Amino acid sequence: MEEIYRELVKIVGERFVSNQPEERFLYSRDPGTMEPHAPDWVVMPNTTEEVQKIVRLANRQKIPLVPMGGGLVLSGLSRPLQGGMVLDMKRMNRILEVNEASSYVVVEAGASQGMLQAYLKKHHPRLKHSIPDAPPIATIGGNVLIHGSGHLSAAGGFHSEMLNGLEVVLPTGEVARIGSCSASPYWFSRSPLPDLAGLFLGWHGTTGVVTKLAIKLFPARPWNDVGIFVIEDPELAPDIIRRLARVQVAEDILAWMSPKPDWAKGFQMINIAYGAETKAELTLKRDLIRESVRPYLERKVGGFMPLPPDMKVRFLEAPQSTLAVFADVNKGGGFEYVGAIMPVELFAPAFRKGLEIAESRKVPYSLGARIVGLAHCMMFFYAYAFNRADQADVRRAQTALEDTNAMVLEMGGIPWKAETPAQKQIIKKMDPNTFALMNRLRAVLDPQGIMNPGNWEA
Amino acid sequence: MSELKYDQKICTKCEKIDCLTRCQHIALDLEEARQEWMKILAGRDSRVLHECLTCYACEEYCPYHNHPFYLIVDRQEELSAWPVPVPLTKQQIAMMAPKGQIVAQKVSAPVINLCSFPMLAGSIQGKLFAGASIIGGNDLFCNIMWLHFAKNSVIRERLPKVINNLMDYYLKVSGVDELICFHDECFGTYTQLAPAFGIEVPFKPIHLFEYLTKKLTELKKEIRPINAKVAYQRPCSNRLVPETQHWVDEIFKLIGAIRPAREYEGENALCCGMVVQAAQRDDRADAIQKRNLDDMAAVGARYCVFNCPMCFMTLKGMVAERGMTPILISDLCRIALGEGFWG
Ligand SMILES: Cc1cc2nc3c(=O)[nH]c(=O)nc-3n(C[C@H](O)[C@H](O)[C@H](O)COP(=O)(O)OP(=O)(O)OC[C@H]3O[C@@H](n4cnc5c(N)ncnc54)[C@H](O)[C@@H]3O)c2cc1C
Repeated sequence: MEEIYRELVKIVGERFVSNQPEERFLYSRDPGTMEPHAPDWVVMPNTTEEVQKIVRLANRQKIPLVPMGGGLVLSGLSRPLQGGMVLDMKRMNRILEVNEASSYVVVEAGASQGMLQAYLKKHHPRLKHSIPDAPPIATIGGNVLIHGSGHLSAAGGFHSEMLNGLEVVLPTGEVARIGSCSASPYWFSRSPLPDLAGLFLGWHGTTGVVTKLAIKLFPARPWNDVGIFVIEDPELAPDIIRRLARVQVAEDILAWMSPKPDWAKGFQMINIAYGAETKAELTLKRDLIRESVRPYLERKVGGFMPLPPDMKVRFLEAPQSTLAVFADVNKGGGFEYVGAIMPVELFAPAFRKGLEIAESRKVPYSLGARIVGLAHCMMFFYAYAFNRADQADVRRAQTALEDTNAMVLEMGGIPWKAETPAQKQIIKKMDPNTFALMNRLRAVLDPQGIMNPGNWEA
Repeated sequence: MSELKYDQKICTKCEKIDCLTRCQHIALDLEEARQEWMKILAGRDSRVLHECLTCYACEEYCPYHNHPFYLIVDRQEELSAWPVPVPLTKQQIAMMAPKGQIVAQKVSAPVINLCSFPMLAGSIQGKLFAGASIIGGNDLFCNIMWLHFAKNSVIRERLPKVINNLMDYYLKVSGVDELICFHDECFGTYTQLAPAFGIEVPFKPIHLFEYLTKKLTELKKEIRPINAKVAYQRPCSNRLVPETQHWVDEIFKLIGAIRPAREYEGENALCCGMVVQAAQRDDRADAIQKRNLDDMAAVGARYCVFNCPMCFMTLKGMVAERGMTPILISDLCRIALGEGFWG
């Protein structure tokens, strides 16, 4: 053990490695409900070369290695289930290149959402990236690799779809580049080469350590607005969402259903955020959005909330702070959600069943759905808050999450960034050949089985 | 449930049907207006019920004070001719519901009622309001807003309780019998709507404008004239109490503000557009707002002054984009007193 520590110190320096109980405690858990698992070492590399050396060391010694960004995934994916090293990527946070002409940015994987947002605002105010509603310290790498979604997902799909390319340290220590950057100085796209990015997306750090990545940027427009469409019948939601999305004007479409504040209970609110270069264009877009749902307006079964500009400001914030505020509603800072990727047509049953679970389990809840693409699918979230210092409360939330994962799978959805028990449930439903292929690929990439073991295992 | 005090005979004999022929938003000649009004009187459906933008103006246009607007709203509700989509209406009803959080409090005159805008408390300061007690919150919300939502039933249900709250929690316990209505809506509610709905008001409502006039007169020596052209955004509720309009002129005179003649003021005033947006008619709201702002700009106004906080919030950005300063009337008076302003 001591020898490994000394080796790590040699690689990253004493300040950036720890085997002390404080760090081992902190890195053993996340804000969700999953049981803590302590690492033996926490190490913070600064360069791709350092990552390579650490991976090689782990390989030689057959030590489990768990890459971690912000550690905010909530479902415990960066807890080292079998001990070993947690590789905290936050020092690798450089913003390496912004290509204005081709609208992309190359960053180190540990660059945070907040840093990139601030950097672009300052240096490239006409460009922005699709920011998730996660706390700003969440990393670009961690989020893209789990197929995150955010404020430009109606325009650009999942964040993994906005990935142009990456640099990865393979579990055996080699560095590989994926996408155009493997054959060109530009990081413009994953096409037209064989798309190897899929070997690292959705794998929860079991196939390599991503050190750099390029993501698409989008216009940051000077004029911005949000419409909030309100209905009280979830059965109407899929058609309304489809109509709103297919106008191809929205940057983000987010439905939210919450028992608090009182006026929100029983209604489904759909926020449609959009931007424009001029006020006239903004008005035109507003009219297009409105026109798309005209039949519902005429039937008076839905409508846009009349909000003066001041009252819209908080709905235009990116990231939105509402979920973060909800996260601490029971105090004690416990918060987790099932994010279910599913077709939009399942909106009504997804909503009703979520409500049933939350109410029967008596957990504070906030439900919602972020629309991905032109309503090609949605990330339906079931967020439950709990007090981490109250074991009964934690257990209640855990049961609600388990029930929700099972319900989602039964309905035909798939839990996103699933906890290990939910991963097992997914695997049970999965075509066995698919799972066999996953295992074969993993064995090839990671012959020693060191990468985040315990994940995607039957 | 309290019956609306209107006299059908007056309408049957009416020759000019001002309520509809003068409507700013629905084009009707005299004959069409008569036909539509007869339908409304008979409790039948009429295009008016569906096209009404709920601007309140017909309440002012009726020379007999026979409450045509309240009748329209009653009929809209009876016939489910909802001006605003149903979920939005229900949501607003939930949002503005009494919170039951009120606690009895000793107050002393002058008592300023901020209604459902307690967040404007910062504007109640300085010499104009020295020694004032401030009250407000959803439990004191005058509820007149439901006229825009075809929900007179909510007014009938909630308004008497609000009046009781005002009396039981503040006025009676403090031996105060006057209430300064910061918002024109409250004054309209307590002096005109409540009697029309047969609801008793046991205190004396005083309009903010009257209060300001009195205070400014007392402080006359300290006034530094504004010396600028000021456009006034008349709130829809002022249609219920047009007799209060002269106070605006008096305030302007006292603070040395110039009120240029505008096309859209007085009986011809235009709505701020918020309720038109609630009725999902943004195109109409845009057009109304543009005419209104063009008119303010055309007379060279430097300020646009508001009484209604909702008009203020709706129009302030657009007013500022046109190079004018949007401001609440109390704040404009405070500027004249050399106090700067809050908003
Ligand atoms: C209040 C709140 C709101 C949220 N809203 C959103 C939202 O709107 N959209 C959204 O997508 N998410 C959201 N999330 C979920 C989550 O926080 C984010 O997705 C976050 O971006 C995850 O990034 P991270 O850096 O914290 O990842 P981590 O939790 O550190 O890691 C996630 C997974 O990726 C692996 N990993 C991390 N970095 C690397 C790397 N460099 N190489 C290989 N594998 C790696 C880890 O091992 C782990 O399996 C929210 C969370 C909270 C608390």
